[in-house]
Order: sequence, then C-alpha cells, then structure tokens
Amino acid sequence: MANIIEIKGLSKTYFNKKALNNVTLTIEKGKVVGILGPNGSGKTTLIKILTGILRPSNGEVYIDGNKPGVATKSIVSYLPDRNFLYDWMNIQDAINFFKDFYQDFDEKKAYELLDFMKLNRDMKINSLSKGMMEKLNLTLVLSRNAKVYIFDEPIAGVDPVARDQILDAIINNYNEESTMLITTHLVRDMENIFDDVIFLREGEVYLQGNADRLREERNMKIDDLYKEIFGA
Amino acid sequence: MLNFNENLPIYIQIMNLIKKRIIKGELKEGDKLPSVRELSTELKVNPNTIQRSYQELERENLVYTQRGMGTFVTEDQNIIKELKQNVASNLVNSFIEDMKSLGFSLEDIVTIINDKIGEGK
Repeated sequence: MANIIEIKGLSKTYFNKKALNNVTLTIEKGKVVGILGPNGSGKTTLIKILTGILRPSNGEVYIDGNKPGVATKSIVSYLPDRNFLYDWMNIQDAINFFKDFYQDFDEKKAYELLDFMKLNRDMKINSLSKGMMEKLNLTLVLSRNAKVYIFDEPIAGVDPVARDQILDAIINNYNEESTMLITTHLVRDMENIFDDVIFLREGEVYLQGNADRLREERNMKIDDLYKEIFGA
Repeated sequence: MLNFNENLPIYIQIMNLIKKRIIKGELKEGDKLPSVRELSTELKVNPNTIQRSYQELERENLVYTQRGMGTFVTEDQNIIKELKQNVASNLVNSFIEDMKSLGFSLEDIVTIINDKIGEGK
C-alpha cells in the first residue's frame, strides 16, 4: 500500500534538549495510527513538525511527496491543542471561519457532526466545557475532506460519554482514502480503533507495528504493552 | 460495546463473537451479517479490523460474500454442525486439562460430571 507520510532521520532539538532523535517512520494511506507515549516523549513535537508549525533540526519529512508547508497544509486537517478560536465567537462563527479558511471544508458534514455531538450552533466558544471544546475541535477537523487527519490527545480530560461520542465520530468518519494520526496516552480507551501503533520513548521510536500482530506476538493488549514499555 | 479483555488479537475476538452468535442461532444459515460499518460502530473497533475478521471467517467457509450485497452465514448445515462440535470439543478439552492439572483422574472427572448432571434432574 502507498505511503502517505515518510519520515527519515528526523531530529528536533530545543536548545540542548533533544525532543526527537533520529526518527524514521513510514505511514500507509488508509490507516488509523496511534502515536503512543507518556508526556514529554515527543508526540506533540512530531505532530507540530508534520503540520509545519515547527521545523526539523535534522532529517526529512514528506507528506504525500511534499515537505510540510503550504502544499501539505491543504491536505492535512489539524487543530492545535491550544485553542485558536476567538472568545467572541459562537459555534456558527467558528464554522464560518473554517469555511473561509479551507476549500475542502464540508459545511453539511459539519452540521451533521454538530448534531451528532449534541452541540448547538449558537453556543459561545468561551462557555464550552473541556469535553464540548474537544467535540467542537473534532467536528471542525473531521469536516474537512483531507488526506491526513491529526488528533492530538482527543479524549484527554473528557467525561466517558463525550469520550464515546468522540470515538464514534472518529470511527464513523474513517474512510480508506484518508489516514488518521492520533496521539494518546489513554491507550486502553483507544487501542481498538488503531490499525497500527507507534511507541515513542524519549524522542525515539521504541516499537511500531500492526496492533493485532503485536497482540499476537506479545500475547498482550496494547495497553499492557504500553505499561511494560513505559512502566517503572 | 464488547469488552475486549482477552489477550487475543481483536480480529480473532470478533470472529469468536460471530461464531457464538451463529452457534446460539442468533445468526442463522443464510442470514446477513451486519455491515462492516455497522459492526464497527457497534463494537467501537476500527473497520479494517472487522474487515479482516470477515475475511478470516470466509476463509473458514463459515460466511460468504456477495459483491454489493454483503456478507452472509453459510447455508451449509454441515459446516455449522462442525463449528458447534469444534467449539464444544475445545471447551471440554480445556476443562479436562484444567481438572487433570488439579490432580483429578479421568474416572474422578466422569463421576463428578455424572453427579452434577444427576443433581440437575
């Protein structure tokens, strides 16, 4: 199967701290990939490089054949973890904002997802709870017809009902033409939706592979494998 | 939502779930299986994994796919009969192994089972 993302010898250094060290990865088209690791393992740095927010210190990154930049931003759907919508906006404003910004934004899909998430168009952004904010972020990201969707900790800090809605939305919107990258340390809740998993430890790829094959080889759940790798 | 607790690949756990539904008669000969999408949403599992389960079930001749129509339980009663026998025999085997490992002889096991069955009557 074709690779949508290719990363070769990628390193990122902040002053003297190595956030990523010689990461080499390929990600296939049509896969749901979990990027797993505790806080500080390099997950967010990797994503910021893929989305063109940060530049690599060393190495090469290609998304659909292009280096992260203008060309890749139009095919990668991502919302940074820090809130970038304005406080004065309501949900309708946020949707209009996205519609203006991205050619591939599907307004109809956005309204369907809003209904599914039980969010209201006239809710004010600054009145949303953490869970509602995550659901809105997910709605905006999934409403683009992109080749790559990136979700950074989509279920961190949300209640179990919102978590299920988020998982359902991800599963229902999967299609084999797109790739989904999801970072998480909440492995138990998310492991069933991954095709492949990548374990990042201290900025390096510790292990990667097909989730079911790893379960078979190691005779354990991905969650247990995570605990074995990162446990004390 | 199914609880995937065993340390088995998810695709095998889903195969086992469908086999159970067939054995219990919830899915009968010729019945249509839920679509990959439906089962994926029901179980909250990646659609590719469900697809793999269906392919493996097809390889075991338990189901067949009709292009554009969906996946169906086999109409061959012998295959279903064989499935039932296999599952029963696996259950009994693992029970006997467990009992043996606890030091029960085969005669002990037969006696215990006969007593149990007697109680139920």
